[in-house]
Amino acid sequence: METLSFLMQGFAVALTPESIMFAIIGAILGTLIGALPGLGPANGVAILIPLAFSLGLSPTSSLILLTSVYAGAMYGGRISSILLNIPGDEPAMMTCIDGYPMALKGKAAEALAISAIASFIGSFIATIGLVILAPILANFALKFGPSEYFALFALAFATLGGITGKNQFKTLMAAALGLMIASVGIDISSGVQRYTYNILELFEGVDFIIAIVGLFAISELLFFIEKHAGEGLKKVTVNKLKLTMGDIIAVLPTSFRGALLGFVSGVLPGAGASLGSFISYTLEKKVVGDKGTFGQGDARGIAAPEAGNNGAASGALVPMLTLGVPGSGTTAVLLAMLISLNVTPGPMLFTQNADLVWGVIAALFVGNLVLLLLNIPMIGIFVKLLSVPPKYLMPIVTLVASVGIYSVSHSALDLYFMVGFGVIGYILRKVDVPLVPVILGMLLGPEMEKSLRHALVLSDGDWGVLFNSGLSIGLWTVAIMGLLLPVIIGPIVRAKMAKSKTATE
Amino acid sequence: MKINNSFKTIALKSVMATGLMALVSSAQAYEPARTAECIAPANPGGGWDFTCRSVGKALVDLSYIKGNVQTVNMSGAGGGVAFAHTVSKRSKDDGLIVAASTATTTRLAQGQFPGMNSDQVKWVGTLGADYGIIAVATDSKYQNLNQMMDDLRKDPNSVKFAGGSASGGWDHLKVLITAKEANVTKLPKIKYLSFNGGSEALVQVVGGHIDAFTGDISEVKGFLDSGDIRVVAVLSEERLPAPLNNIPTALEQGVSSVAPNWRGFYVPGDAGNDSYDWWVNTIDELYQTQEWKDIMAKNGLMPFHKTGAEFTQFVKNQTLDIRILSQDIGLIK
Repeated sequence: METLSFLMQGFAVALTPESIMFAIIGAILGTLIGALPGLGPANGVAILIPLAFSLGLSPTSSLILLTSVYAGAMYGGRISSILLNIPGDEPAMMTCIDGYPMALKGKAAEALAISAIASFIGSFIATIGLVILAPILANFALKFGPSEYFALFALAFATLGGITGKNQFKTLMAAALGLMIASVGIDISSGVQRYTYNILELFEGVDFIIAIVGLFAISELLFFIEKHAGEGLKKVTVNKLKLTMGDIIAVLPTSFRGALLGFVSGVLPGAGASLGSFISYTLEKKVVGDKGTFGQGDARGIAAPEAGNNGAASGALVPMLTLGVPGSGTTAVLLAMLISLNVTPGPMLFTQNADLVWGVIAALFVGNLVLLLLNIPMIGIFVKLLSVPPKYLMPIVTLVASVGIYSVSHSALDLYFMVGFGVIGYILRKVDVPLVPVILGMLLGPEMEKSLRHALVLSDGDWGVLFNSGLSIGLWTVAIMGLLLPVIIGPIVRAKMAKSKTATE
Repeated sequence: MKINNSFKTIALKSVMATGLMALVSSAQAYEPARTAECIAPANPGGGWDFTCRSVGKALVDLSYIKGNVQTVNMSGAGGGVAFAHTVSKRSKDDGLIVAASTATTTRLAQGQFPGMNSDQVKWVGTLGADYGIIAVATDSKYQNLNQMMDDLRKDPNSVKFAGGSASGGWDHLKVLITAKEANVTKLPKIKYLSFNGGSEALVQVVGGHIDAFTGDISEVKGFLDSGDIRVVAVLSEERLPAPLNNIPTALEQGVSSVAPNWRGFYVPGDAGNDSYDWWVNTIDELYQTQEWKDIMAKNGLMPFHKTGAEFTQFVKNQTLDIRILSQDIGLIK
């Protein structure tokens, strides 16, 4: 009941004209970013963080804007999957399987509308899940002492690659790079400066936000330059929408199943949206059996993965808000932004910053409704925006990024760092080293180090403290599983994903 | 405003005395009267940012400054980047103030701004303080400060503290100052666990993982309201105003430990005497206004006011005290 009254207060925050405006702006920008192939939700949020800084937004407004971008990007990913058979982002891959055949049959508008409804249901149910689960987990989180946190961070690192991850070695390399960058600056446990060479600007370490914007946004720019991608994507026309109530009802059970599965895989560290959409799709195929026409444009084959990946997106917010441990790349980026705004995520966020948390959760509901309303009648506009040449888009992105980074600290050095990170990001992407582990390494590394040292101080140097509670033993067990499972069952899952994809082509 | 006028007259005289070249630079000495810049040496949202923005707004609202006071965030090295910037690039700027606090003097004392010291800037004054506290979880066995200090005297390892500053930072020093006053020996043996900010440290104390919390009174307000913690001592000279007046001071428990985290400003070292005097007078007047009293009440700032020569002496003493303490416990050589 208490939760409900908090949620109502949240709606009071989310329904102010200012919040609604930011939710709408975020939803539109997010959908657009999601729709552009290559720009995923993590990039989208990374690109727009500087915007929040340069506008001088309050923590609540910034978070509303960026979570709407996040939700929007999950919606947007399906547009190019359906129309062009190119997933807008990784989680939208499964949507290609039935979305594109449907579009080929001249039912692109229906495919887009059904997927929008499924996305809405996925997000909506998962947000309800967030409302129920987050406060419970927040209370539980008080049980986490330094040794439990250390085990949790170990778990986060162990599951970094995710079950669908391709190359564990490259993931580890990327995480190690992040750890190295994070070791620059003052060591708070001893007060000693590390790798700062008496350069004052380095005393507080390298700012996550600069690294994020550089790695994601600037490297994106370099890729566009390289591809000389002057022209937009080929023009696509969408037929007139003929959707009956029956069509919607037919996909409702599918969407509910997908939403729940997505939420669960979002909450679990390392699983994430890609897995959420994959499991939802395969389960749906099993449930429906031979009656379905999966792979040839079955509406349920669009609804399941879309509900799944949107559900996972909201689910991933649970560990980020309650424990301060991000479960996915995008939530890592959101976490970095919260820290920059002097908001400390963790169990106390729900009591100490109730306005902010519940405002954002309520804004997720509002944002979803906005997204549904935007995505059905206005789909034509998004399709047109897809064909805006990047030569106009990328300079704007770069401008916003530079102004935003400069306005944070008024230091030209930060801009050099941003460009430097951009070049590093470009090189890493060229050799297929994932960028998200770099960020997670930067974010989690110092926390992990701190937890370990604290645990050892509290136990007067006894390493046994790391395994002295049921909770930490449980976390270690999951961590070991997270490290071994991808090696064992990863190839099987990936082979299945590839098979179901190629089967359609 | 009367102050403005007299300031302008003095400034005008100095302009005539120093000739044409100085005219250009001294013309900027009028700046404090029209516009000013306040550097907050941290990202938006923290204490220094608050100091700049609230003082800037009050100065404009009360028309001490006709134009506006722009807050510039310049984070880095715990204020070191802003300090270096002020010393090296803005040493003559009359229109610049920089927010400072006990964290600034702590770092200066411990030589954490390499090659810089407190004499390189002029210290204007303070507009309030956030007092240090030592707190425990509500179910802790410690009811008062003396029980805790007794245990520390027997075994300095028996009570472990969590705080929001780095090791050797102000939160850590508060414990050491208190323990030293309570005749605890073996100060370096007292365990201090550093977290990123007070609330993270508080969660660990409330969760029962760490014995005690050291921080500022403003950091624990929410936790006091929810009944999660008990403050065993506030490190102020007198009890704090209501509703915090039921918290005992360390002094009344026989431990003469006072630890204000003051909020104030410095100006560049070569700023004109006229502009320095103007800032000192303005801060003195602002402190008396109802507007500022309201801001203090709203944001949990406690009375603490020193300006000009008195403040400069205070900074010198505080820096010296911290340096000696840091040497005692082996933080610096």
